[in-house]
Amino acid sequence: MSLENIRDDEVDIVIGALHSDLTTFMNEWKPMFCRFHLIIVKDPDLKEELRIPDGFNLNVYTKSDIDQVVGSSTSILFSGYSCRYFGYLVSQKRYIISMDDDCIPARDNKGFLVDAIAQHISNLSTPATPFFFNTLYDPFREGADFVRGYPFSLRSGVQCALSCGLWLNLADYDAPTQALKPEQRNSLYVDAVMTVPAAAMLPISGINVAFNREVLGPALIPALRLAGEGKLRWETMEDIWCGMCVKFVCDHLGLGVKTGLPYVWRNDRGNAIESLKKEWEGVKLMEEVVPFFQSVRLPASAATAEDCIVELAKVVKERLGAVDPVFTRAAGAMLDWVRLWKSVGSGASSLRA
Amino acid sequence: MEPATATAAAAPPVPALKDELDIVIPTIRNLDFLEMWRPFFQPYHLIIVQDGDPSKIIKVPEGFDYELYNRNDINKILGPKASCISFKDSACRCFGYMVSKKKYVFTIDDDCFVAKDPAGKPINALEQHIKNLLSPSTPFFFNTLYDPFRDGADFVRGYPFSLREGVPTAVSHGLWLNIPDYDAPTQLVKPLERNTRFVDAVLTIPRGTLFPMCGMNLAFDRELIGPAMYFGLMGDGQPIGRYDDMWAGWCTKVICDHLGLGVKTGLPYIFHSKASNPFVNLRKEYKGIFWQEEIIPFFQQAVLPKDCTTVQKCYIELAKQVKEKLSKVDPYFDKLADAMVTWIEAWDELNPPEAAVPNGKAK
Repeated sequence: MSLENIRDDEVDIVIGALHSDLTTFMNEWKPMFCRFHLIIVKDPDLKEELRIPDGFNLNVYTKSDIDQVVGSSTSILFSGYSCRYFGYLVSQKRYIISMDDDCIPARDNKGFLVDAIAQHISNLSTPATPFFFNTLYDPFREGADFVRGYPFSLRSGVQCALSCGLWLNLADYDAPTQALKPEQRNSLYVDAVMTVPAAAMLPISGINVAFNREVLGPALIPALRLAGEGKLRWETMEDIWCGMCVKFVCDHLGLGVKTGLPYVWRNDRGNAIESLKKEWEGVKLMEEVVPFFQSVRLPASAATAEDCIVELAKVVKERLGAVDPVFTRAAGAMLDWVRLWKSVGSGASSLRA
Repeated sequence: MEPATATAAAAPPVPALKDELDIVIPTIRNLDFLEMWRPFFQPYHLIIVQDGDPSKIIKVPEGFDYELYNRNDINKILGPKASCISFKDSACRCFGYMVSKKKYVFTIDDDCFVAKDPAGKPINALEQHIKNLLSPSTPFFFNTLYDPFRDGADFVRGYPFSLREGVPTAVSHGLWLNIPDYDAPTQLVKPLERNTRFVDAVLTIPRGTLFPMCGMNLAFDRELIGPAMYFGLMGDGQPIGRYDDMWAGWCTKVICDHLGLGVKTGLPYIFHSKASNPFVNLRKEYKGIFWQEEIIPFFQQAVLPKDCTTVQKCYIELAKQVKEKLSKVDPYFDKLADAMVTWIEAWDELNPPEAAVPNGKAK
């Protein structure tokens, strides 16, 4: 496969607004955001008016827009962090880059501001290499290559469909971990991008991601909602579930997932000990999820992301639904999402961005 | 880019695993490079495997505690089984693994110097390898913040708690600044490329994923995985070279995956000073470049039966499968499969269970 050439007008930056005042956030990112179209989706639970500075090319969606498009046709709740998925739905671009609204640009080891947007685009436009691990990490990076012993037939790689970035300062730890180490901040800048090998599972954080909407779109699902889900990442598992499904789908379809750069700087927020009570449920669920994904197989006939999610939803309901009703609801949400995607996401709609 | 000098200040006050680790060095030239490593290596016992002309005297710098084996020694000690040890190829180093009596082995090439970290500080590669080997690996689930046991890091949100204990680490695979470990075609196309990127991470290679294992800067737990570290038939009289460490790495990874052991890669970096001749390399690797297209699927699909519960049993089983499935690629693999069995026989002879034997004598 060859290098993709990603134009600015093929990219949407989708921000889920969980805070009403986005002034600082938008201004910090202005140099990197200003060339692109933005979709801002306001958390339907947020009461205050959004404050967004001028100078951006954007569309804003609020509760009423969501209700109008989605209405009661679905069990999906677009509240909290899940509001961004509405942005994925209505986007008309090929690529989406999304990050939490409490992140600002990070600085690299030389002190330069990291252009996270450019890095995600670079990750998505160069091949991924999931079938064999390259010990010098991304072979398509400047100054690197495939090492001795890397089979030549695997050097053209596969399309990279998902790019997972990382976080300096407040890392994406769960509540128990951060509560045990309240002062711990991530200050280690690891200068690498790498492909996550096929069949390897990983926790994909929604804080700083980018993906090929055209190829993966419906596979990013707002499906798993914890009973006590809150407005801090410690209090959610939706992106982790989404990520497990997406990686699984990518493995099945022969698409690549990269992890590493870019870093964003994540502002301090919240109290891990407080959140401990809410996230425990999610922690238990992961114990069921791992053996499930290790053993499930999709039929070869599932050739698109849509097919895969439909098939996966069936198995989730059968096998995980028996373990915990949260999975039965998730399976239902996955099917609703595919239906929604078919009617809104891929077709024409007056509300498309 | 320069290697580090003035390493004296950087030596640790108490060298970890001083009596439990051997440093195995293959050489055909000289051991001058040891001077640079002295502060880091001197506390440890060295096993020098002298390749090539056994009548040549290889001088070991003063002050090192070592044993040295040339081809005559190898032939004497192994008798007819010496046929499994390569000649005129650094693959002969695995003889050093076999005669070592220690729990851990670190092996390094004689053109590898001390590297500097981004702050300019000399890197004690051995110390980092020991850290890697003494902390668990996490092959069953990828941690996006890399080594969770590192100071300042941890498991990320979503990482299953039942998998956070990890598994024992069998292999620590280090990297190289300056001359990267490229194959001949890549060297020919990019003769000037140097690896200047310091990636400050150690990570576990996920279970089920193969990788190209380089023997230039490598450490392993001999008790956990030693018998799998056979570096194959290379060099003189063989149709292939520069695939010794690759072969050992593929066998090792399959066996580690089967036995639930971990393989780490990343830090430490060494400074690789010499670029070998790409035309010479091309001749050596040429067949390997074609053969690896068959070899990789073989290893990717290799399944070891449940009753293979020791490394030796796994290895013998792999040898059987190599003979069955790869002989049709080239008769070389038939010979290699036999050599793999010879290796295990020799290993078991020199390493009988429950025998605690002191170091061999220095020359």
